[in-house]
Amino acid sequence: MPNEKPVFSAAGVSRVFGHGKKAVTALDNVSFHIADQEIVSLVGGSGCGKSVLAKIMLGLITPTAGQFLYRGNPIGDAREHWREVQPVFQDPFSCFNQFFSIRSQLKASFGILNTRPSRREMEERVDHALRAVNIEPPEIEGKYPFELSGGQMQRMLLARIFALRPRVLIADEPTSMVDACVRANILDYLMKLKEELGMTIVFITHDIGLAYYVSDRIFIMHHGRIVEHGPPDRVTMHPENEHTVKLLDDIPSIHKDWLSRTNVSRKPGAVH
Amino acid sequence: MKIFLNLLKTPAFCIGFGLFVATILVAALFPLFYEVDISTRVGLPYMHPSRDHWLGTDHLGLDMVSLLVHGLRASLYVGFLAGIIATVTGTLLGMYAGFKGGLIDDIITMITNLFIVIPPFVVLVLISSSLKEGRSLALIGLIIGCTSWSWTARAVRAQASSLKSRDHIALARVNGYRTFGIVVLHILPYLLSYVFMVFILQTATGILSEASISMIGLGPYDTISLGTILNQAMRNEALGDGVWWAFMPATILITVTVFALYVINTSMEGVFNPRLRK
Repeated sequence: MPNEKPVFSAAGVSRVFGHGKKAVTALDNVSFHIADQEIVSLVGGSGCGKSVLAKIMLGLITPTAGQFLYRGNPIGDAREHWREVQPVFQDPFSCFNQFFSIRSQLKASFGILNTRPSRREMEERVDHALRAVNIEPPEIEGKYPFELSGGQMQRMLLARIFALRPRVLIADEPTSMVDACVRANILDYLMKLKEELGMTIVFITHDIGLAYYVSDRIFIMHHGRIVEHGPPDRVTMHPENEHTVKLLDDIPSIHKDWLSRTNVSRKPGAVH
Repeated sequence: MKIFLNLLKTPAFCIGFGLFVATILVAALFPLFYEVDISTRVGLPYMHPSRDHWLGTDHLGLDMVSLLVHGLRASLYVGFLAGIIATVTGTLLGMYAGFKGGLIDDIITMITNLFIVIPPFVVLVLISSSLKEGRSLALIGLIIGCTSWSWTARAVRAQASSLKSRDHIALARVNGYRTFGIVVLHILPYLLSYVFMVFILQTATGILSEASISMIGLGPYDTISLGTILNQAMRNEALGDGVWWAFMPATILITVTVFALYVINTSMEGVFNPRLRK
């Protein structure tokens, strides 16, 4: 039952850091809509403003100009917002508090919900979420964040999402540190979750190949602007903007071969 | 626990800790096997040390060892009181300002700077001299604590505001923690080793401040501290008369206690901050 109101709608959104001569425009007059249950990828090089846009979507920072709406309303109470919109952050090493065990921090994420599930349900949901990211619960029992590898930590951030089941997911480079096999698993599972919960997903990545794989629409960003957007086939096959061309050129040749072959069916979920 | 074991491997820490424990033991256990009495005159003024009175008597003929033990207790008490007040105030204000930012940060920083530019000792002297009656030991501890928190607040603010932009704080926020929960669970643990070191330094400062203020005659009326012993020795010209036992033991006790605390502090730095290890 897709909602009529777009999940996110931005009109002329800008964000400037600093002021005076040192002002840096991270986002420059960006406008877009993201519909319910859509999977959108924000693709761009480092420093193109994609993470800033992600933080605006999360309500962690506010735009300096323009209007940004979530389901037709401005983001008022941040806690209210986070009940529905949850992130996967970019750097898994700095995401967890090193003084508490991983499991207790996964359980703490239920704190955002209006009514906490019962203790048993929390344990079950955490166990389930851990298995979803290929980790057996005993593996991390009593472990602290610094005892895990980067890939494991990143999977913990994803497990958090699987346990919490938000309506909208903002995933900032969610699979940058896991190996290809686990990545396929995670994407698979995300797609399954998306089908089940009718989740809207915003992927932030520099990997246009991954974006092509999973998304309904791709936004190409450069210097704080969305320079091109459209369905993945059109964006990758008939790029109109020079920056898109450049991003496509930078794909290693093995993948390029595969890209040119794929006019065949491309369905989210069919990852393997 | 592991940190404590690491600390015990540091010789400097063992020395400092041993000395400090020794002073506490003297203050706590000495009365058990020595009759500590600071109200009866046991002899003539300024009697030489003897078998009965190990460190002689003071200008009133009171037993010096009793006075010292009593004074050490008072000094430790005032040091801990001032240390706790200064550390708690400084840490809470600093963390809150650093985490909140914006206007609240500006206001707290302004107050902190105000306290930094006013020399605490001058404030201490002014307040103590204006309180003619009822200048108790606890009150002096309170005043010392309230005038020496500023540097702690400033340092903690700086660290908290750098922690604030870390991802684990953002994650704690989307996990639903409120300001209080974030500050206590997600900022304080990262600062705890620093705060503990500050507490030790503040305690040492408290002991020194109390000794200084008492020595110039603005000390507590209700009890004897190491500082007031020095003050009495000075007033009665013990120095000129060569009555060394009236001021040397008290001076040594203060020095040893503060030295022990400083050694503990420096040795901890090496353990808590591995980059400083040799």
